[in-house]
Amino acid sequence: MMARDFSWIRPEPWGIHVVPADAWIDTSRPVARALVTHGHADHARGGHGETVATPETLAIMKLRYQTDAGAVPVAYGETRSLGGGVEATWLPAGHVLGSAQILLEHAGERIIVTGDYKRRPDPTCPPFQVTPCDVLVTEATFGLPVFRHPPVEHEVAKLLKALADNPERCVLVGAYALGKAQRLIAEVRRAGHSAPIYLHGAMERMCRLYEEFGVDLGELRLVSDARKEEIAGHIVVCPPSALNDRWSRRLPEPITAMASGWMRVRQRARQRMVELPLVISDHADWDELTRTVEDVNPYETWITHGREEAMLRWCQLHQRRARALALLGYEDEDD
Amino acid sequence: MEEFAALLDSLVYTRSRNAKLKLLADYLRDTPDPDRGWALAALTDGLDFPAVKSSTIRNLLSERVDPILYALSRDFVGDSAETASLLWPEPEAAPSPPSVAEAVDALAHMTRASVMSELPRLLDRLDSDGRYALLKMATGAMRIGISARLAKTAFAQAFGVGVEEVEEHWHGQTPPYTALFAWAAHGEEAPSSEGIPLFRPFMLAHPLDETVVDMADYAAEWKWDGIRVQLVRAGDQTRVYSRSGDDISGTFPEVAASLPFEAVLDGELLVRGSHQGGEEGGAANFNALQQRLGRKVVSKKMLAEYPAFVRLYDALIVDGEDLRELPWEQRRQHLEALMPRLDPGDFDISQVIEAKTLDELAAIRERARDDAIEGVMLKRRDSPYIAGRRTGYWYKWKRDPLLVDCVMMYAQRGNGRRSSFYSDYTFGCWDGDPDQGAELLPVGKAYSGITDEELKWLDKYVRNHTVNRFGPVRETERTLVLEVAFDSIHSSRRHKSGVAMRFPRIHRIRTDKPAHEADRIDSLKAMIRD
Repeated sequence: MMARDFSWIRPEPWGIHVVPADAWIDTSRPVARALVTHGHADHARGGHGETVATPETLAIMKLRYQTDAGAVPVAYGETRSLGGGVEATWLPAGHVLGSAQILLEHAGERIIVTGDYKRRPDPTCPPFQVTPCDVLVTEATFGLPVFRHPPVEHEVAKLLKALADNPERCVLVGAYALGKAQRLIAEVRRAGHSAPIYLHGAMERMCRLYEEFGVDLGELRLVSDARKEEIAGHIVVCPPSALNDRWSRRLPEPITAMASGWMRVRQRARQRMVELPLVISDHADWDELTRTVEDVNPYETWITHGREEAMLRWCQLHQRRARALALLGYEDEDD
Repeated sequence: MEEFAALLDSLVYTRSRNAKLKLLADYLRDTPDPDRGWALAALTDGLDFPAVKSSTIRNLLSERVDPILYALSRDFVGDSAETASLLWPEPEAAPSPPSVAEAVDALAHMTRASVMSELPRLLDRLDSDGRYALLKMATGAMRIGISARLAKTAFAQAFGVGVEEVEEHWHGQTPPYTALFAWAAHGEEAPSSEGIPLFRPFMLAHPLDETVVDMADYAAEWKWDGIRVQLVRAGDQTRVYSRSGDDISGTFPEVAASLPFEAVLDGELLVRGSHQGGEEGGAANFNALQQRLGRKVVSKKMLAEYPAFVRLYDALIVDGEDLRELPWEQRRQHLEALMPRLDPGDFDISQVIEAKTLDELAAIRERARDDAIEGVMLKRRDSPYIAGRRTGYWYKWKRDPLLVDCVMMYAQRGNGRRSSFYSDYTFGCWDGDPDQGAELLPVGKAYSGITDEELKWLDKYVRNHTVNRFGPVRETERTLVLEVAFDSIHSSRRHKSGVAMRFPRIHRIRTDKPAHEADRIDSLKAMIRD
C-alpha cells in the first residue's frame, strides 16, 4: 500500500484546516466556517461567519459571546455534508456538556478529531463513543504516565470529609466555570450531599444553562446574597482565579481546594496555594489516552496540545504510527 | 505509615507556620511510640539509610518503566521520589501498609545487595501517598520546611512544655526519642542535659533600604557570602548550628573540632580560597562552599579540597560568661581578645570597615564588587545580642545589582516549587552589531527573580515559541528581551562569550524592547573589574 498522507486535512498552528470544504476545526482565528468540538474558550472562539456545533455548545458560545449569528446546530450522531466531498459527524466526547469528537470522511478516508475527552462516566454529558477511523487526532493534556486520576468518588469523599471535620469553616473549591464546576456539583449530589452549594457570581449563568439542558444541580445560592455565618459548613465553588483573590475574604475561614487533574503533582498544588487538592479532571488520564488509541486502533495517531513527547514515545514502543501537531494556545492550566 | 503519609501531605500543602505546628503537634500527641519518634527523626532529616539513594530509585524504576517515559515524567514532576510513587505499578492485592517503625527497621537492614529486591516489597504494600512518604523517608530529602526549631516548638506545643526545656533535653537523645516522649507525655524524669551544647537563636538584621543612620552610632562590617553559623561548645562537645538551628556538625567536622574552650560564637562559615578577603587570608566564593553543603558523609578529599573555617562576627558566651546583654562594642572587645586563643587556620575575625559617613561607606561597598561580598552590615555600637530582628539595631545593606538586556535562547523546567514550569532560562548577548549579522552567545542562566505571575507568562511564552527541542531543553525564538540583574561579572575561558555572571536573576521582562536592541558582549566586558 502507498504511504497515505491525508493531505486533505492540514494542521496549522491556529487550527485544523479541512481543505476541500474550507472549514476550520477549533480555530483561534475568525473564519468563514468553523467546526467546534466544545465550548471551552480556547476551542470555541467567536466571530466566525458560520459555526457548526452541537446545540449545547452553541448555547454555551451564545452565553459567552452574546450572539448566535451563523450558528448551525448539529445533533450527536448526525452527519452533515460540508461540500468538497467531505462529510462530518459529531460524536460524544464525554468532556463537558455538548462536547463532541468530529468525524470527517473524504474519499474513503476517516479522520477523527477528538477535541478534549475523557472515558470516565460524567453525570453531565454522554460518554465518549469509540469509533473506528484511519487518523485519530487526540488530545494529550495529561499525556504522562504519572497522571492517573483516582476514582471521582474517592476525591468527593475527601471533600465531604474536610467539610464535616470543619463545621465552622467552608470549603472553597476552585473549578473551571464550564464543565468542572457542574460535574463536581453533580458528583457531590450523587454522593448524597443535599445542602445548598454557594457559587461565585461568575459560575451562576453556566450552572443555570446546565440546568436548562436537564442536569440537576440541587439547591444553588450566590455567595453575594449570603451572610458570612450562613456559609460556614458549606461548599463554595469559584473559578480557579478567584481562589486567592480578595473576593474570598468574605468567606468564613475557607479551606482552599481545587478540582483539577494537575493536583496529582504536589508542587502543582503548592504553586496554586491549594490546601486540599482534588484530583478531578475532565480530560483523559494516561491510561485513558493509551486505551483510547488501542480501542480506536487507527492507522495513524496525531497528538495535540499537551505532553506530546510521552504519547509519541508510547506509540513508538507499541509500533504505532504517530506524529505531534504543534497547535497554539491549548494549554489547559485550569483543568 | 498511612498517618505519617497523611501528615506529610498536609505539611506539603500547609503554608502557615501555626497550622504546621498544629498538624505536627496533633500527630506527636496522637501517635504511639516508637512511630512518632521515628517520624520526628524523618521530618528533621535525622535518619540515614545508606543503602537507599536516589539512584536506587532510578534503577528500580528503569526495571519497570521505559527510561524515556521515566525521564519525561521526572522532568515534569521535578522530584524523583514523587515521580516514582506515581509511576509505581499499583499492587493487585489491597495494600497492607507497614508501621513507620517497621519501615524504618526494614530500611535500616537493607544492603546495597538486597535493596533492589526488598524495597519493591515495601513499596508494594503502600498506595501512592504511602510510597511517596516511604521514598522521602528512605532518601532523607523531605524538604517540607520543617526545621529542627519548628519540630521542637511543635513538640513543646503537643505536650504543654517549654520549648527551651525541649531544646535542653533533646540533645544527646537519639531516635526514636523514647525518653524524651516519656518525659513530656508521661511526666517521667527528664533525660539529663548537663554539659549539652544548646543552640541560641540568632540576632538578625533588617534591610537598610531608605533608612539613614549616623555612622557615629554604628559600626560597619562586611557581609560575607557564606553561611551564618553558631558554634557552641559545652561539656566536651562542640556543635555547629545553621541559621535555622539545624545541627550541621556532621557536615563540617573540622569546624566542630576546632573550638578549644567553652563558648557560643556567631560567625560566617566559609571555604578557603582567594576570593573573599579578611585579616587572616581569603575565602573562596560561594560555589566552593556549596560543594560541602548538605553532605552527611565528608570524605578526606573534600576536607582537603574545600577546607572550611569560620569568620567570627560576635561572641555570645565565653568561658561560661554570658555577654549577650553587653553592648556590641564590648562584645567586640571580648571577641578580639579571644582571637589569640584560636587557631588562625580555623578562625579569623570579620573586619570592621572604617567609614565616617554613609556616603563613604557606599563608595567602599561599591568598590568591593569583585570580592563577591554580599554587601555591608551596620551594627549599632550599643546593641545587645537579641534573638530575631529588632528595629534600629542591625541593618544589612546589599550592593545594587548590575543590569543588562539579554535575549532568551533556551529554557528548561525547574525543580521544587517551580517544577513543571519552564523556569530556568539561558540568555545571550550580541557578539557585534545584530544588523550586520552578529550572533547571540549565551552569557548566563537564571531561574529566579520573577513573580509567580511572570513565571506563568514566561512558561506559556516558552511553550508557544519553541523552535527546537534537545531532550528537556527547549530552544526558543530569539525575540524576547530579559533584563538581567547580577552582582558581578568575570572573564571566563569556559564560556564562548568570554564572560561569566555572578548571581544572575531575571529583573524584568522587556516585551517593549526588540531583540536587536539587547546589549552586546562588549558592554558586558566593560563591566569586568577583576
